[in-house]
Amino acid sequence: MSNAEVVVTGLGATTPLGGDVESTWDGLLTGRSGVARLDEDWVERFELPVKIAARLAVEPTEVLPRVEARRLDRSEQVGMIAARQAWQDAGFGEDDVDPERLGVVVGTGIGGATTLLNMDDLLETSGLRKVSPLTVPMLMPNGPAAYIGLELKARAGVHAPVSACASGAEAIAMAWRMLRTGEADVVVAGGAEACIAAITMAGFAQSRTMSTRNDDPAAASRPWDVERDGFVLGEGAGIVVLERAEYAKARGARIYASLAGIGTSADSYHITAPDPEGTGQARAMTAALRTGGIDPARVGHVNAHATSTPVGDVTETVAVRKAIGEHPVLTAPKGALGHLLGAAGAVESVATVLSLYHGLIPPTQNLSEIDPGVSHDVVTGEPRKVDLDVAINDSFGFGGHNVSLAFAAV
Amino acid sequence: MADKQLTEQDIVAGLAEIVEEVAGVAQDEVTKEKSFVDDLDIDSLSMVEIAVQAEDKFGVKIPDDELANLKTVGDAVTYVAKNS
Repeated sequence: MSNAEVVVTGLGATTPLGGDVESTWDGLLTGRSGVARLDEDWVERFELPVKIAARLAVEPTEVLPRVEARRLDRSEQVGMIAARQAWQDAGFGEDDVDPERLGVVVGTGIGGATTLLNMDDLLETSGLRKVSPLTVPMLMPNGPAAYIGLELKARAGVHAPVSACASGAEAIAMAWRMLRTGEADVVVAGGAEACIAAITMAGFAQSRTMSTRNDDPAAASRPWDVERDGFVLGEGAGIVVLERAEYAKARGARIYASLAGIGTSADSYHITAPDPEGTGQARAMTAALRTGGIDPARVGHVNAHATSTPVGDVTETVAVRKAIGEHPVLTAPKGALGHLLGAAGAVESVATVLSLYHGLIPPTQNLSEIDPGVSHDVVTGEPRKVDLDVAINDSFGFGGHNVSLAFAAV
Repeated sequence: MADKQLTEQDIVAGLAEIVEEVAGVAQDEVTKEKSFVDDLDIDSLSMVEIAVQAEDKFGVKIPDDELANLKTVGDAVTYVAKNS
């Protein structure tokens, strides 16, 4: 049962580009932007230098039943929505998988921060009685994973890796390990994030990592462009259903791609800045190729982490050059989506899988003049039609966490 | 509401509104003989929310050790009638 091939059979997402996978993918291909001006009063009240973000295209409360929605933090709401989509997309119904062979791994970067803030406000203004008994299950970062596990009756293991902006990808890597070691036949994996609030905006703004292109929100997230000035905070969730290939084939499932290999590494360099040599990032990519038994020449595409920050974007291309070479065609979906933090790696894995499945790489938005430090072929303008054998999704997080996922055509 | 005499029907109707708001149970399901946990599928976390809302609505205090004794809607109605 060990070293089983792992395949992707279901996809789900709710993002700033759309409330499901189809609309998100369409948004990436057609070059829509999910970024807009925030209209919350705190933007002006605190004189935040950043007045833009990538809010969800579809409010979770429009999709979820009222009582369920009021019991869940927004990060749990988006995770649940994407998980249900992915489960259905995989062709599963209720009780179709033996609970003891079903796992869930869903990460988040921040978790239920807005619940923590709201409940603290209630405690301060109205006292203990008004604090919800659901406060802790709403704010805990394993909440999205736990609620999805309950919904699907997953008993092989429910996990919630937390590694900042690599969380969603790390969840998929962990799911791969569970399947390879035979701990489960099916694992629902991904990331969920919804933490757009005054304090997160203020904190990121104070770290000088966000774009302040407030007058032109759609152009603010511009990976690899010479004029990039930081990332744009987004919210959403992405979920994939992974299965042992044998299991998927036996039930006649539609297979989008295989997750051939995964690689993780740590920089141990600086708490927020990536190692400028890209050494740690390159080691993650190399590990993904090694665990997948993949020759670097087979990698036709890298769906990059590139967040639109001045430092990180170029470092990643240095790492790609080291680990894989000059040949992969790059794209950076954050130009359209913004940065979904702990959901980013999962949503972008969905995009990477669809690129393999459809032979189509979405363009990088807002890339007018490419940074001279980037030598790779980057897709801009129109989607690129290309037959792909292997495509890699990179995700890196504050703390020096690096995750690389190698998806292969089947 | 605490100032005027509440009828049993007032209390059942008031509790039914709260139970629907908190747990999504249809108001006509909320009748005196129903057990909160076994019949209405309300968990201990939701019971705390229901108790807090009932305190506000009926002007009563429901200490934790009393809450533990309120097994059925009827138990809650009796408690509110006695203590409001």
